[in-house]
Formats: sequence, C-alpha cells, structure tokens
Amino acid sequence: MHPVLQTVLGLGLIGVILLVVCRPLGTWLYRVFTDDKHWRVERLIYRTAGVNPDSEQRWTRYAVSVVAFGVASVAFLWLLILVQGWLPWSLGRSQNWHTALNTAISFTTNTNWQSYAGEVGAGHTVQMVGLTVQNFVSAATGIAVAIALVRGLARATAQAIGNFWVDLTRASLRVLLPIAVVGGILLMLGGVIQNLASPTVITTLTGGEQTIQGGPVASQEVIKLLGTNGGGFFNANSAHPFENPTAWTNLLEILLVLIIPFALTRTYGLMIGDRRQGRLVAIVMGTLFAGAALLTAWAETAAATLQTGSMEGKEQRFGIAWSVLFGTATTGTSTGAVNSMHESYSPLGGGLLMLNMMLGEVSPGGVGTGLYGILVMAIITVFLSGLMVGRTPELLGKTIGRREITYAALASIVMPALVLTFTAISLVLPTARDALLASGPHGLSEMLYAFTSASNNNGSAFAGLSADQPWLNLTLGLCMFVARFAIITFTLALAGSLAEQHRRPATAGTMPTHTPLFGVLLIGIIIVLAGLTFFPALALGPIAEALS
Amino acid sequence: MTLPTTQAADSHVPDKYSNPAPPRPSLARTAWASLPQALTKLDPRHLVRQPVVFVVWIGSVLTTILSIIHPTAFSISVTLWLWATTIFANLAEAVAEGRGKAQAATLRQTRVDTVARRLTDDDREEQVSGQDLRVGDRVVVEAGQIIPGDGDVIDGVATVDESAITGESAPVIRESGGDRCAVTGGTTVLSDRIVVRITSKPGETFIDRMIALVEGAARQKTPNEIALSILLVVLTLIFVLAVMALQPMAIYSGQRLELVVLVALLVCLIPTTIGALLSAIGIAGMDRLVQRNVLAMSGRAVEAAGDVSTLLLDKTGTITYGNRRAADVLPVSAATRAELLHAAYLSSLADETPEGRSIVDYALAEGLSGDLASAPDLVRDGAEFVPFTAQTRMSGVDLADGSRVRKGAGSAVAAWVHAEGGHMAHDIDDKVAQISRAGGTPLVVAAQEPGMPPRQLGVIFLKDVVKPGMRERFDQLRALGIRTVMITGDNPLTAAAIAEEAGVDDFLAEATPEDKMRLIKAEQAGGRLVAMAGDGTNDAPALAQADVGVAMNTGTSAAKEAGNMVDLDSDPTKLIDIVGIGKQLLITRGALTTFSIANDIAKYFAIIPAMFVTVFPGLAALNIMRLHSPSSAMLSAVIFNALIIVALIPLSLKGVAYRPLAASALLRRNLLVYGVGGLIAPFIGIKLIDLVVSLIPGLA
Repeated sequence: MHPVLQTVLGLGLIGVILLVVCRPLGTWLYRVFTDDKHWRVERLIYRTAGVNPDSEQRWTRYAVSVVAFGVASVAFLWLLILVQGWLPWSLGRSQNWHTALNTAISFTTNTNWQSYAGEVGAGHTVQMVGLTVQNFVSAATGIAVAIALVRGLARATAQAIGNFWVDLTRASLRVLLPIAVVGGILLMLGGVIQNLASPTVITTLTGGEQTIQGGPVASQEVIKLLGTNGGGFFNANSAHPFENPTAWTNLLEILLVLIIPFALTRTYGLMIGDRRQGRLVAIVMGTLFAGAALLTAWAETAAATLQTGSMEGKEQRFGIAWSVLFGTATTGTSTGAVNSMHESYSPLGGGLLMLNMMLGEVSPGGVGTGLYGILVMAIITVFLSGLMVGRTPELLGKTIGRREITYAALASIVMPALVLTFTAISLVLPTARDALLASGPHGLSEMLYAFTSASNNNGSAFAGLSADQPWLNLTLGLCMFVARFAIITFTLALAGSLAEQHRRPATAGTMPTHTPLFGVLLIGIIIVLAGLTFFPALALGPIAEALS
Repeated sequence: MTLPTTQAADSHVPDKYSNPAPPRPSLARTAWASLPQALTKLDPRHLVRQPVVFVVWIGSVLTTILSIIHPTAFSISVTLWLWATTIFANLAEAVAEGRGKAQAATLRQTRVDTVARRLTDDDREEQVSGQDLRVGDRVVVEAGQIIPGDGDVIDGVATVDESAITGESAPVIRESGGDRCAVTGGTTVLSDRIVVRITSKPGETFIDRMIALVEGAARQKTPNEIALSILLVVLTLIFVLAVMALQPMAIYSGQRLELVVLVALLVCLIPTTIGALLSAIGIAGMDRLVQRNVLAMSGRAVEAAGDVSTLLLDKTGTITYGNRRAADVLPVSAATRAELLHAAYLSSLADETPEGRSIVDYALAEGLSGDLASAPDLVRDGAEFVPFTAQTRMSGVDLADGSRVRKGAGSAVAAWVHAEGGHMAHDIDDKVAQISRAGGTPLVVAAQEPGMPPRQLGVIFLKDVVKPGMRERFDQLRALGIRTVMITGDNPLTAAAIAEEAGVDDFLAEATPEDKMRLIKAEQAGGRLVAMAGDGTNDAPALAQADVGVAMNTGTSAAKEAGNMVDLDSDPTKLIDIVGIGKQLLITRGALTTFSIANDIAKYFAIIPAMFVTVFPGLAALNIMRLHSPSSAMLSAVIFNALIIVALIPLSLKGVAYRPLAASALLRRNLLVYGVGGLIAPFIGIKLIDLVVSLIPGLA
C-alpha cells in the first residue's frame, strides 16, 4: 500500500479511537478540576505539604508556586543525578555537572531532551525516583496551567484562578496515574520489558558479544508518552524494541501521546460552558496534525528513489506511515520521543517535523501546554481579526485590551526569540559548530532543530548533534528553562487579567469564535506567524537542502 | 418685539445633511501642503512615539552612512527609498492633522479678544477684557455683542447666533433656567439682553478645547490603539531578531550579507504600513465626527462607540417628533365625522400650540370644506376664543351666533357638558380608552347649538408621531447586535404602544433620572457598553455614567461637561451615526493591520531567494515572481513597501467602507478584501515595480 494512503488510513484509525476515548476523558478531567471534595490521600498530601487546599490563589501566587516548584525540582533532580553513584541500582552510571543540570532542567520542564544516553547516564534509581516522578509532575504542571487559563476565561470579576498545589496533585493522582497504570499494563502485554535487571552480556550465535539491557521500562515508557515527555529509557528511544516492540505498541504509544491534549479541548468547552469552542480548538489541532502528517508522508515517499519510499533511519516494523505518524505526533505534542531518526528524513520531511515544533506546539501540543498555547494564539487571532468587525476584540466575552495582548504577545515571542538567538550564536561559535555532524544546510538544520526542540520543551532530537558539551548543555538548558517558565508566567498573567474582567454578552455584533471561518483564521495566523518568523532560517536549512 | 416660543426652539432639529462642511481641498493638495510638516516630524524625539516608523528611521540613517562609505547604485536607491518610506509615514499623520488645522483656523477667528461688560457686586457695569474674566463673573451681553466666555444665562432670554461653532445659520434661543441656559463664548447675541455667569476660565473654553481637538494637539492614544501598538512593537521585535539571526546563519552558509540588504529586509518585514497609518486613522476618526458636527472629547469615546451594545434613546425628539399630532378623529353617538372635524377645526383655530395647529392641518387634509373662516375673521364677526388654562383644561370658541365649541381632557369636557345640562354620549368612554391603549392622547370635542344643551361629538386622537425610517434604523442596529431602549416619561401603556410602533427592543416608561441611572448601571454590570444622549442638568449624572454620553449643544453646561461628546446640531438620532463611525475606525485599523501582515509573505518570496541565490542556486525556485535580479528584487520590495503607504493614506483617512452587517458577515468580507487582497497585491505590485526598476543601469 502506498505510504501516503497508509497514513490517511492511519489518521482515520487514530481519529476514530480519539473520538471514542477523549469524550469521557475530557469529561473526567472537567470533573476532576471542578470537584469540591478532596480524596483522602490528597488531603494527606496537602497536610504534609502544609497547603490549604480550599484557598484559591491569585495569578501571582499561582505563578510563584509553579516557578518555585520548578526550581526546587531542578535542584533536587540535579543533586540526585550527581550523587547517584552512592545510590542503589545505579549500575555505576553517572553524568558530569553540566549534563546533569541539562537533564534536571529538561525533565522538570517536560522537555526530556537527553544529552546523555539512557544506558550510560541514568541508573534505575534516577530513572524511577527522579525522571519518572518528573515525568508525572511536569505533565501535571502543564495541565494545571492550562486549567488555570481556562478558569480565567470561564470566570468573571474574579481574583483567583485556582490553587496550583490542588491542580498539580489532582492532575497527577486522578488523571495521569490511573491512565499510566492501565497503559503500562497494556504496554507490558505488548512486549515492553519491566524489571530491575542489570545488563546481561551474552555471546551471540556468530560469536560476537551483545549487551541485553534490562530495567523498569514499561512504567517509564507509559508516562513518557502520556505526559508528552519523551525521555527514553534507552538512547534509541521508541525505536528500541524494548520500548516499542511492535506496530501495536506503536499505535498505543501514539494514542497515549494524543489523548490528553485532545481531551483537554473538551474539558475547556465544558468549563466555559460552550462545547462548540472546545470542538473548534480540537478541529484546528487535528487539522494541523493531519496536514503535517500527510505532507511529511508525501515528502518521505516523493524524496525516495525506491518504490517503497525512504526507509533510512526508519524501523522496518513501523514503515514510513507509522514512523511519520509517530514523528508528527511527538513533534506536534512536545513529546520528543522518536521511533525513527528524524535526521535521516528527507530535507522537507525533517523540516516539517521541525515546523511542527515551530508552530509553538499546538498540533495538538503537549499536555496542557498545547491548550494554553493555542488559546494564546486564539487571543492574537481574535485581536487581529476582531477589529475587522468593528468592536474591541473579545474572546468569550473577555475584552482583549492592552494587558491581554501584551501578555499574549510576550508569551508568543519567547520561543522564537530563544530559537533564533541561540541558533545564530551557536552557528558561528566554533565550540558549538564542532558539535555538528553534517555541514552546509543539513548542519544548520541540526542546530536549528536542537534549539527549536529545547525552546518548545519538546526534547525531540534530530540526531547528528553531539550535544553533550558545556556550551550546548547550558544554552539548551537555558532555553528549556526560560521557555517553560516565562511562557507559563505570561499565560498565568493572562489568566489573571481575564478572570478580573466582566463578561460581555455575545450579540450579533460579536465575532463568533466557534465557526469554521474562525478555525481557518486561527490556522492561518498560527502558520503565518511561525512562517514569517522562521522562513529565513528554514530557507537556509531544509528548504535550501531540498532545492539543491 | 415678539420672542419665538420655546416650542419653536424645540422643533429646531436641523437635518444633519442640511449643513454640509465647506468643501475641502483635494487630498493631493493637502498632502503637498503637509509635506514640510512631514519633514519636521523626522525629528527622532517625535518618532520615538511611533516605534515602527522609528525603526525605519534608524534603518535610513544606517543605510545613508553605509552608502556614503560605499556608494553603489543599489545602496543609494535603497537609502533614498527608505527615507521616502519614513517621510510617507509621517505624511499620513501630517495630512490627517492638516485637515483639522483648517477647521481650527476658522474657530480661532471667533476667539478675538472681546470687551466684556462685567457686573460688580453692587450691579454696576465695568468694562474688562474677555481674557480677564474669572469663573463666577457675571457679564451683560446685548444684541449685536459677542458673548465673552462660556457660561450659563442667569437672567433674560435672547436669540443667539451660534453659527461660529455649529455652522448652523438659524439662531437659537438661550434663556435663564431650564435646559437651554448654556452659552458658548465667541457666539453672538442677536436680540435682547442676557446676563451670563461665566463657567470656564479664558483659554479653557469650549472653543479652545474644540481647537485643540480638531488640531489633534490634545490627542492621546486610545486603549485599543495602545494595544495594537504593543502588538506591532512585538512583531517588530520578532522581525528584528529574525533579521539579526540571519547574518550568523548566512555566514555559516558561506555568504556574509551586506548590511544594506539586511536593513532592506527588516524594513520590508516590520509592519510599516499600519505603523505609519495608525495615528492618521485615529485622527481621521475624530475628524469624521467633526464633519458630522460632533465633538468627541477623547478618542476613547469614539472607540467605545464602536463597542456600544445598548443605546438609550429619549422618545421625544429622537424617536418621535417632539409634539403630538392629530392622527384621527372618532365620532361618538350620532355625530358625523364631518361635524366632528368642523368642530375640532373651529376649537383649534386660535390654538397656537403645535397640537392645536396639527388639528387644523388634519381637518383640512381630511377634506373639511364649507365655512372655513380664519381666526381674525371670526373675531371681527364677534366670536370670542377661550384659551386653555390649567383650571378649565379646555379651550374653544364662542361664536357670534351663540354656539359654542370646546375641546379638552375627557373629564373636563364631561364636566362642562354636564354643567350645561347635556347628556353623556354612551360610547365616549370606550373611544377614550381605545385611544389611550393605542398610545395616543384623547381630546374630547363637544359643541353647543344656541339654546340647546351641549353634546359630545367625538374624540381627537393625538399621537406621538414616530419619525419615518426609525424602524429600519433599529433593525439595522439589531443586526449589529445593538439593543435600543426608549426612555420616556409616558405611562407604560402609551410607552409600550410607541415602542411597538418604532420597533425598539425595550422601553423605560415614567422614567426619572434615577431610573435612567439605574438602567445604565445594570446594563454595565452585565458587561454591556451604553450610549445615550441628553441635554438637561438632570441628565448629567447619566451622561457621565454612560460609556458614550452625547450632550446636546443646546443643553446645559453641566450636561456638556458630563458627556464625552457634544453634538453641535443637537440631534439625538446622531447617536446611531456615532456608533457607525466608532466601528468604522476599529475596522479600518484591523483591515490595514491584516493587510500589512499579509504583505510580508510576498516580500519574503521576493527577498529571501534574492539574498541567497548565489550560495544556494536551488532557491531560485522560490523566486516565483521571476524578478529580474537579486538587487532589483530587493529594491522593488522596498519601493512597494514605501508606495503602499501613500496608496493607503486616502483609505486610512476616509475609513474603509462600512456597512451595518452582522459580525460574521463583516469579518468574511473584510478578510477577503484586506487579508486575501493583502496577500495577492504585493505579488503583483512588486512584479510591476521590478519591470521598471530592472531598467535602471547598475542594478541588473
């Protein structure tokens, strides 16, 4: 079957399953974040942490809580990695200080960029106590911020936008954990390993030596995907047969990546009391996703000389279509997992995967981050187009005035600013240039991809870049940290100023934001803004390579 | 001399089109005249306020230096066009301001120094200069004199020529007390003598403020303008970063770019079009209001007008003609219609009230014939007219032959008929009730033949006449999502009937100023912006509370002070136009922003392949316009970028075509014109310019 046709069918299959799963999940998420009661175990956590779960926070307090939690997590994780030599089940693995710092920031910010190779950099203890825990709470943080922004839109003349500690706890315990348990078991049934074994060295039939890795893979694999994290247990990530053994686990992994981002659009619709709005956001996300997947599949077949398409860097058990779908799902969701080597894609295919990130991770984006990312874009869209109906622009009855547009614009400028600045500097800095495997446009793509991935908290690696060196570890770490927490802070400021406002009732004079026209407009603005920002860079990288 | 009654002044509602502004000089001429002004605006201290234009200015300075150091045909051409871009950007603002200047000059002429006759505490007169007047001073103004400052009439009544500020030649009545006591400095008293208490300091008078407003000197950026500016600054910042990051990438790729090229790219990408036209759009919006004889005290109010979702309209004078008119007559018992018409005619002959005149007009229009003597004829023949008094609540006539006619309130006429020994018509109460239900005022007519008991002939249906075309305008407003609420002192029954007839969405009957205030606050609490018009002192709190409060120029100083707009024509229906102008202002801004951003796509296709085609020949595939050479491509983009500003100046001043449509229809239409248009136009424009530019030697 032709890979593009296979991709179309794959998209259809994924779409149908998401339709079935995301409805109840979105409703569940809605209940979780509007529930007045606390679970007993949650109350225990609040009491231990000294948090009053019934007092809500203003946006400033909420933001301080998020950032403080992030900084504390980075510090803890950095320390844990540095001292792992003294901890049990560490298998003698270690990282130097800057790699460890990069790793600590990376997992805390839901990026999961890995400068280290899993097999040599992280023992079982760090994987379980450090990385997997962050895989949960960093994802929960993203959900919390998205919910806070939606509360800002849903509430009127309110000061508070929720309580971060409550949102964090509920997202972890009530959402991520149960799904992870089910998903983990399904993965194990599919053949993903789960043990605490040390590497076993065997002699193969031909007489060579082979190291068979062990480890608690399934438990980390499920949250790696569910929380749109992406940090692989092994260096080969989801291309590794112990992480992603079959076509079925591959489908399951794609679904795990997509369910929460899509389900949150329903939660959004329910919380603001207008499901049409949520549906439109989901359609916009889905259109961007499907469009990117189809274009990439086309690029991978059109670029190939073989009838079967370009299989370089792809696993035989997945083929082009399911590699492309996995690649699109992970680059579009800030997951950063790979089941094929993006470096080996055709220039345009690799460029499209990069473009998925450059859109600002909104197709459908990471858990929570996708929703708040697209709502920020919706605010910019409403502002630009809303004027054209002759009223001060508004979204869901909230006026987009000076403060709102400032926060939205700042939130959307952080990522391009980081990507462009650090890519440019690194390309002329000899230490950084030496890390490139390729030269010419492809080398530029390697560097651009790395900073795009870090600044979008994606973590996906293009491969080819030897990132484990002080300059790249530190600048990529900086990009991850600033992108994550600056954008969250601006988003929460936006939530705060939206919550304070009255709600203006919708009239015939209000621009509707649930119509196909608005959807087209939103997609247009997302693509045009990313295109205008990154076109010169893309022209010198993937486009130049493709046209040469 | 006879003074026109207040009624006459009341009916003075000028048609808004009867007073066209003096013909304006053509745009091209204004632009030419504004050119020196535009050049003085090149001062960086001024430009800093327009960040986008400021970036262009920095770029122009930079390329100037570069082309002095290393002059090439390309660098000199780019430099010249960058300066042209900066000047064009300032020209837009200068032209917009220039249009106001002419108006201000006319107003200034009225501000000649007047000699005021100030009253001392013991009521003696002293001559002082108008400039020395203080708030609270009392001055005397007589026929032929100019009122020395803004104030309220505290004694007397006079006709005043306010054409200096309104452009309306018909004189208006100003009298002490009531809602028509405010006078404006610089206007001329035509008759009689008034005493005015000064309410504003010299230099802060209404005319001074008007001058500042039309000149744009007092202009402050409006909230939405600030928000848009912020977005433009952020966009500019992104493009500055993108262009700055390009050089290292270019060096990596093996081609160091010339600085001139980078500046050219940056200027093409940043939103220069909307950045240049933004303030002109704002000034022009205010100017459009001035053209309609409305003064907005702040740009904020104009913007708010576009957002209004509830319109409070006074019934009298706005929705209906101020006066009730005879609309029908209903005969009772055995009386005939002709008989009733004749009696109604006779009883109203001497009645000079508008209602009375309307009854005469109605009777004649209904084909009343026969003995149609005029009032003086009847008086000469010995008839005696009985005027309306508050006690009798009736008026009428006693004819020479002894027959008598009376008309008046039902109960009063009934009492008269009864007292004179007549009988009640059996169906009179039905008819009276029927008229009341229909929102009319019933006037009962009774007549007495000589020697006979009087009998009731019927009822005149006096009706508030809704101005023609109101229903259509309200329908339009409804399509825009604006709710109209009619405010009236009438009882709920009458109010409901008129509301129904006029097609308003809601009404507030038996409204007191407090009710009005409560209604505004309730609407605002629901997140709706409210617009209203008012003139009386008791309207002042509501005018201040409303988001758009339009005070009538005939109104009191308190009302004018409280509102954020003043309508010089005192036409409350203009509220509807004001809303339209507010919307048009916002649409123009949005349309040009969209256009500006959409333009960038074509510019990338012109410039990026031109920049790198030497290192990556494959990029020539992106040169979809097939531009002549890299230099001509870049220069053409720069020239297009400059010329599009000039091309759009007229649009920014006139405002984009605005039709009252629902939001989604408006969006679709404007998106098609300015979004898709903005995408396509530069591809064509740059190609055409390139055809010309490629002829320049040294660029090939």
